[in-house]
Amino acid sequence: MDYSSFLQMHEEFSLLGIMVFLLVYDIFAGEKAMKYFQPLALILLVIHTIYNAIPRDAFSIAGGMFEYVPMQSYVKAILNIGTIVILLQAHKFLNEETNRIKRGEFYFLIFSTLLGMYFMISSGNFLMFFIGLETASIPLTTLIAFDKYNRKSAEAGAKYILSAVFASSISVFGMSLIYGSTGTLYFSDLATLITGTPLQIMAFVFFSVGLFFKISLVPFHLWAPDVYEGSQTNITAYLSVISKGSAVFVLFTLLIKVFGHLVHQWQPILYGLAIASITVANLFAIRQQNLKRFLAFSSISQAGYILLAIISGSAMGMASLVYYVLVYMFSNLAAFGVISVIEERTGKVQISDYNGLYQTNPRLSFVLMLALFSLAGIPPFAGFFSKFFVFSAAAAQGFYVLVFIALLNTIISLYYYLLIIKAMYLNQNENPIEKVSSDWAVKLSLAFCTLGILAVGLISGIYGQISLLSFGM
Amino acid sequence: MQYTLLILALPLLNFIVLGLVDSKWKPKVAGTIGTLVLTIVAALSYYATYEYFSFHKVNGVFEKLMPFNMEWLRFTDYLHINLGILLDPISVMMLVVVSTVSLMVHIYSLGYMKGERGFERYYAFLSLFTFSMLGLVLATNIFQMYIFWELVGVSSYLLIGFYYTKPSAVAAAKKAFIVTRFADLGFLIGILLLSYFTKTFDFEALTSGNASVFAGFTGVSFMGISVLSWAMALIFIGGAGKSAMFPLHIWLPDAMEGPTPVSALIHAATMVVAGVYLVARLFPIYDLYTPGVLHGIAYVGAFTSLFAAIIAVVQTDIKRVLAFSTISQIGFMMVALGVSKMGGEQGLGYMASMFHLFTHAMFKALLFLGAGSVIHAVHSNEMNHMGGLRKYMPITNITFLIACLAIAGIPPFSGFFSKDEILTAAFQFSPYFGALMTFTAGLTAFYMFRLYYSIFWGKEHKHQHTPHESPLVMALPLVFLALVTVFAGFIPFGELVSSDRVPFHSELDLTVASISVIVALFSITLATIFYRKESKIPSLLATKFSGLHKAASSRFYVDEVYLFITKKVIFNNVSRPIAWFDRHIIDGTMNGFASTTQWGSLKIKGVQSGQVQQYAYVFLLGTLVIAALVLFV
Repeated sequence: MDYSSFLQMHEEFSLLGIMVFLLVYDIFAGEKAMKYFQPLALILLVIHTIYNAIPRDAFSIAGGMFEYVPMQSYVKAILNIGTIVILLQAHKFLNEETNRIKRGEFYFLIFSTLLGMYFMISSGNFLMFFIGLETASIPLTTLIAFDKYNRKSAEAGAKYILSAVFASSISVFGMSLIYGSTGTLYFSDLATLITGTPLQIMAFVFFSVGLFFKISLVPFHLWAPDVYEGSQTNITAYLSVISKGSAVFVLFTLLIKVFGHLVHQWQPILYGLAIASITVANLFAIRQQNLKRFLAFSSISQAGYILLAIISGSAMGMASLVYYVLVYMFSNLAAFGVISVIEERTGKVQISDYNGLYQTNPRLSFVLMLALFSLAGIPPFAGFFSKFFVFSAAAAQGFYVLVFIALLNTIISLYYYLLIIKAMYLNQNENPIEKVSSDWAVKLSLAFCTLGILAVGLISGIYGQISLLSFGM
Repeated sequence: MQYTLLILALPLLNFIVLGLVDSKWKPKVAGTIGTLVLTIVAALSYYATYEYFSFHKVNGVFEKLMPFNMEWLRFTDYLHINLGILLDPISVMMLVVVSTVSLMVHIYSLGYMKGERGFERYYAFLSLFTFSMLGLVLATNIFQMYIFWELVGVSSYLLIGFYYTKPSAVAAAKKAFIVTRFADLGFLIGILLLSYFTKTFDFEALTSGNASVFAGFTGVSFMGISVLSWAMALIFIGGAGKSAMFPLHIWLPDAMEGPTPVSALIHAATMVVAGVYLVARLFPIYDLYTPGVLHGIAYVGAFTSLFAAIIAVVQTDIKRVLAFSTISQIGFMMVALGVSKMGGEQGLGYMASMFHLFTHAMFKALLFLGAGSVIHAVHSNEMNHMGGLRKYMPITNITFLIACLAIAGIPPFSGFFSKDEILTAAFQFSPYFGALMTFTAGLTAFYMFRLYYSIFWGKEHKHQHTPHESPLVMALPLVFLALVTVFAGFIPFGELVSSDRVPFHSELDLTVASISVIVALFSITLATIFYRKESKIPSLLATKFSGLHKAASSRFYVDEVYLFITKKVIFNNVSRPIAWFDRHIIDGTMNGFASTTQWGSLKIKGVQSGQVQQYAYVFLLGTLVIAALVLFV
């Protein structure tokens, strides 16, 4: 067998190379060299991102186990950028006395999950897909329980692993049914073999709930708020953006590539899930007092909006999906960045703690306001355009009622996003959170996200470039 | 006319600079810079207006110029969004309105907001608002307009909530934002429908009268009404939200919680007329394809106008009187558009609406700034804390009186001319309509003079310290706007702004003019009798001149009748119920939405219990339900 074709997996190999290098560096570097560990890791990741962001020609290797299409380069680049931002935000946390020893682990685990997602995105076979999925979720559990002596963190880890295993097992059961009814697990073969027999429909439903779990759609979302609240904030950000972003893309490609014949089954399913996710999450979000839980529900409803792009199944849907994930990444990471820096310095995460934040921390308040405006979809911030594209994609396929319900929900969401802005800018507080000083890494990450929120919508080339590579049914 | 780009760029730059330096500069420096930049913007706008109206008439038609237009977002092969600047008579006119009022507010605020916390922030927000509003009026396409439309909403939210230490201001800011957003939802859906079928966002293509653009709509209907009508009606709902048309007007009176100069800028002259501007922009479509919707607009406008005028009669907070008066006057503009047609004499209503928009912006800004000056002096918004102020504040008194005469429609003040054109157009449409609007105009004169007398005449209220005239920076804008109010009526508006951009000469309809002046004078007389003097004077006269006593008492008797009719019958049976309906039913419905949402979220809270077993149970149940539904339904 000729293994040289494996070298085409540039991106996977370069990430693996970085992982191994960092592992070795972490073990052998002296006290002085360890100072450079984080900057070095970040620089390597930036180079890796830039080098791999340019799409190449499509290819398929290992007998169809691994299938690359150019769009995947963009998706992986978005995941990489998000990871860089999160690592910048976690920079100070990992430099603390107690965490310094675990720093190498943190990077290794985060890169492992990223590698898992790469494989999941590029898989051409359900086995490959499953390996990718598990490679992504098991290290994630350790990251969630990173602060293992903290009861909440440990509990969140346990909840996540239990739920993830439960979801995976149902998913695997679905795959087994697929194999049982068709005799193959290769995506390319399945496209014609899946014709819509009841067994296959069952198989599809069981399989897809594994992904619904990852995307945290209602009613598979119950783990999300608890886990988000318990984990270290940077990991929460990772869960809500990177993990979710990879899963929605995979869901889209699988629905088109493999389950294209079941379109009349999956469209109603997504229809219902989208309405349920957006509405239920919105209703819960209004009640939340804890900002991390609040953002958990906000991200569930955002996932619901993404379903509008998936449901269209068109090339426009794919373009708007990737664009949505990009914008959502900037907005959500800006919000989490502010929350994490405040939580770390003061330990405060309640919305009421943020009363009068503007007086002491005008810059952080401003960034958080922009992020929330973007999440609420107010023009001219990027979030408006991403929502607009997603809605248009769904409307172009005739889902007017769905778009209308989603639009109504954006108004409800505006209400709760405004609650936070109101707390920061308008509510009075005798002793607001004192002025927090953020380090260079956080500043850099927030500046970058702000730039993204302001510019991604206005630079039209970005959407155009994405839509060049998109494909649909 | 490439330099018009600067008109947009300068306020934006100003916002960024003032926003970034925050409190590092002295408040005075920030305020001065903000005002200077706006002076340049205003000068550029005036020059652009002069150049446009002097040199850009080709074969007797004003051109549509696009000195700047770039493709910004390519959406599909045929649909793309541009960013640009569109100059035509109405956008140039709006340039003058926005930059003039904004400049006046900038200057005035130097005095009014002196010493307030966040002075720099205030000027930064003012610049942001001015930028958004200018971008809105200069938009070349409906999508660009929508984006600036929302930006206007955001910046007005920030300005209304400026006194963030005051809970009512915060609530008002939120109410304004959410109510208008609700209306904007209609606007957005309308835009999507329109662009989906016409495959364009550009005003140029939409309003050129080219029937092929609308070919896509042929035969498409929803619930028996053509989709084009739906789209245009939805777009109007967006406009109705911003322009506070019934029943979406509820936010405007509350928005008076913001600083008074902000009310002058946003709630008198600029943002609230955005809806009128929107309808005017799309007027050719309304007229050619959906005349039914256009008539609907006229009815909504007429109802709102009357409704708000009746409420204004019973208000005691001077800013609220002005707020309801604004709603009523915007109703007039909407009526004028609604009864108008395209072209020449037929388009009288269109011209009248724009004319009234212009004159109203000036005198209403003057009224608000004058009210601000009064509030500044007596530290209260309540009418009965005022009275007799004419001795202490001569400049405010005279300028306020000029504005009142203008809004009441007394010649030769500007409001007379524009209102007269509107009434003429309404009479042409239907005599009943004309009569109704004339009646409303009479009410306007009555409540404005009730306001005027209660502030400046009547019994003097005991003040803690003697009220004094406002400083020069505040008096100057008042005088300037008063001069504009006196002379603006003589602008030959029809020669500049008309529905088809062909100048036409409009003449006063003497019958209508005399009717409206008589009605206005009658109302003013009535207000004078009721409110100019407190009842002490009659009794004094009665003892001195017993012969006249009978006459006085019989006059008193007439007074009683009037009082009975107005206070007992009209106020109790009409105004109060309408005010009640407004407070409880309209507001209640809106509040109902909010409380239902709250209730719903409380009920389903139990699901989120923290038990992993329960999560797994729900998870599995969800899977099975989905499977069952897909298989068996």
